[in-house]
Amino acid sequence: MTDHGDIDSVSGTATTGHQWDGIKELNTPLPKWWLYTFYLTIIWAVGYWIVYPAWPLLRSNTPGILHYSSRANVAVELANLDKLRGEKMAALSAASLADIEKDPALLALARARGKTVFGDNCAPCHGSGAAGAKGYPNLNDDDWLWGGTLDQIMQTIRYGARAGNAKTHEGQMLAFGKEGVLKPDQIVTVANYVRSLSGLPTRPGYDAAAGAKIFAENCTACHGEKGKGNQELGAPDLTDKIWLYGSDEATIIETIANGRAGVMPAWEGRLDPVTLKAMAVYVHSLGGGK
Amino acid sequence: MTSQDLQYEDYGPLYASRKKVYPQSVSGTFRRIKWGLMAVCLSIYYFLPFVRWNRGLGAPNQAVLIDFPNRRFYFFFIELWPQEVYYFTGLLIIAAVALFLMNSIGGRIWCGYLCPQTVWTDLFYAVERLIEGDRRERMKKDAAAHRWTPRRIYELVAKHTIWLMIAWWTGGAWVLYFSDAPTLVKDLATLQAPMVAYAWIGILTATTFVLAGFMREQVCTYMCPWPRIQASLTDEWALNVTYRYDRGEKRTSVKKAAELRALGEHVGDCVDCYQCVAVCPTGIDIRNGPQLECIQCGLCIDACDNVMTKIGRPKRLIAYDNDINIQRRQKGQAPIYRIVRPRTIIYALVIALVGGIMLYTLATRSLLDANVLHDRNPVAIRLSDGSIRNAYTMRLLNKSGFDRVVTVDVDGPANAVVHVVGADSVTPDRPMIVIGRDQTTELRLLVTAPEENNREKSIPVHFHVTDIGLGVVASATDNFVAP
Repeated sequence: MTDHGDIDSVSGTATTGHQWDGIKELNTPLPKWWLYTFYLTIIWAVGYWIVYPAWPLLRSNTPGILHYSSRANVAVELANLDKLRGEKMAALSAASLADIEKDPALLALARARGKTVFGDNCAPCHGSGAAGAKGYPNLNDDDWLWGGTLDQIMQTIRYGARAGNAKTHEGQMLAFGKEGVLKPDQIVTVANYVRSLSGLPTRPGYDAAAGAKIFAENCTACHGEKGKGNQELGAPDLTDKIWLYGSDEATIIETIANGRAGVMPAWEGRLDPVTLKAMAVYVHSLGGGK
Repeated sequence: MTSQDLQYEDYGPLYASRKKVYPQSVSGTFRRIKWGLMAVCLSIYYFLPFVRWNRGLGAPNQAVLIDFPNRRFYFFFIELWPQEVYYFTGLLIIAAVALFLMNSIGGRIWCGYLCPQTVWTDLFYAVERLIEGDRRERMKKDAAAHRWTPRRIYELVAKHTIWLMIAWWTGGAWVLYFSDAPTLVKDLATLQAPMVAYAWIGILTATTFVLAGFMREQVCTYMCPWPRIQASLTDEWALNVTYRYDRGEKRTSVKKAAELRALGEHVGDCVDCYQCVAVCPTGIDIRNGPQLECIQCGLCIDACDNVMTKIGRPKRLIAYDNDINIQRRQKGQAPIYRIVRPRTIIYALVIALVGGIMLYTLATRSLLDANVLHDRNPVAIRLSDGSIRNAYTMRLLNKSGFDRVVTVDVDGPANAVVHVVGADSVTPDRPMIVIGRDQTTELRLLVTAPEENNREKSIPVHFHVTDIGLGVVASATDNFVAP
């Protein structure tokens, strides 16, 4: 602002000449160095217009002489990553599941890839450490519903269980109570018999012979004569210490009465074949693999 | 309160502009020592990266190499891994105490003879003297700075070119410590070297050029913390470059001194020739006593000795001497020196102790290491037969120059069995693992034990890694947890 020659007597500073009810405004302009730096940044900005994308046009924008684009940069980086990953994953793709486990380098690669993908896709049900939860199997132990060899694990991951495709694992625990096959007292009796198979204590006064008879008539088709289960049908071994839903009497009664049919989704088509392979090796290497 | 109430004592401006120093050339004992040490220090610095050391195929054959990409440090027969950086702590302790020891014996030996700032400044002064002439000519030429004769332009261009070349070589030698030197030299010359190498050469060229060519003694006086620390560490026994007042005072001219001596009067040996001031690289007068600026390079001793020889007086009017003797000489007592005293003994012992510990640990360090980490999720697993399984991640380090085949055994929990995921067992339950030389391997270990006798919440478990061929054992301990 221009100097009006009016000096404020208290501060000794020039005023702008404006007055509001006798109150004057001191004229304290921006420091010169600041102002010129500001002008310089304006000139600098013109350089930006030329070098970088700047002005919006009707359909796009001025590209700038560098043709810089953060989107294109990301695309290039992703392509590089795919290329890098592709080279490494080609080795996994070529090797058989068994060979991957024998080669320390391939095993480490498969486990690293598998761990990441497991965390993204499997952890919601099986837990981030694959320790499972009620109804969702623990993949660290040696008890497998559908088999624990590399090929069996691969099969289960690809097609799932009761997942509604042609190759999926079928077979379910029937609802013996709901369907009226067994009466409530029969269910209590056979539930106690099932507990006795793995050495768990039974209810006082329970009729072991009746339990064995009900078991033989209704359960052996899937679980086998000795209750050892059948991995073809996903029928669990009833003689071991591992219980997917729980080993207490009430839970077993609930299982027999209402049946069970947990679903494992199919991952074929959702994950690429190499990733599926890495997953199978990872799950197998958790410790329970056969 | 008005400004009149405030009392200021006027010390003048707190900033003192530099008075340029024009050290005169000098010859003598200390100058020779300085030339010798300069040759040794610079040779080590410039040529050490080219020294080769055979470590076998596949390992770098450079004697001294800081290999950042592969995280290794090589020093002749020593190879250090990142987890052994504590050796550098030991080296730093030794370096610091060695500095204290030097100081308590002979003052600022480091500053005067060995410090890079001194060595490179000395070298730059030598170049300057060679091209522009000695003290007097340089002062004259600087005073006539506006006269741009062709001769003057040539001198300045030549001086700065040579300085820049020295500075550039200094920066260049630095980066050679971080990569294979001959390869890097070739890459640098053919513009194939990584950008970071050029950047560091640029930075160090600039710092050398500026620090040795222009800042010079100001670095020692204003930037370096050591003069302050040194002043608080010194004692009355430490030898420092000292002017002997008792011999020097009163100062008189040569002629007058001869006359007065003939009359049997006491006359000082100092003839006020200012040679000690002329040669001083920090531009001080040593006759004013010990000063912060003095780097104790001993050049004033040489200058004074030359003058004393010429006028037929005993040498060492300026000499290495201690504070006690300054007082004793004034009282007419014989000088006493004590190099061995509690302070120097303690410093030497500390150096010996730290050095000894380092040598011991270096000599006995294990070339096979194992670290183990318990799985957190899940902590423990129950198997179908009721037994308990814990999983661990083990990292094996093979620091030797050859591949190893090792096996892992476990003890602690009753009847525990260890299985290594992916390891082919030659003998059942005794996994064999190959670790490449100079490499680490990560393993997944599964330890399984029956529930009987292992019902405690947590049992210590020991892993023993045995080299099949050599029987070398590394151990790691963790806990075995019941679900």
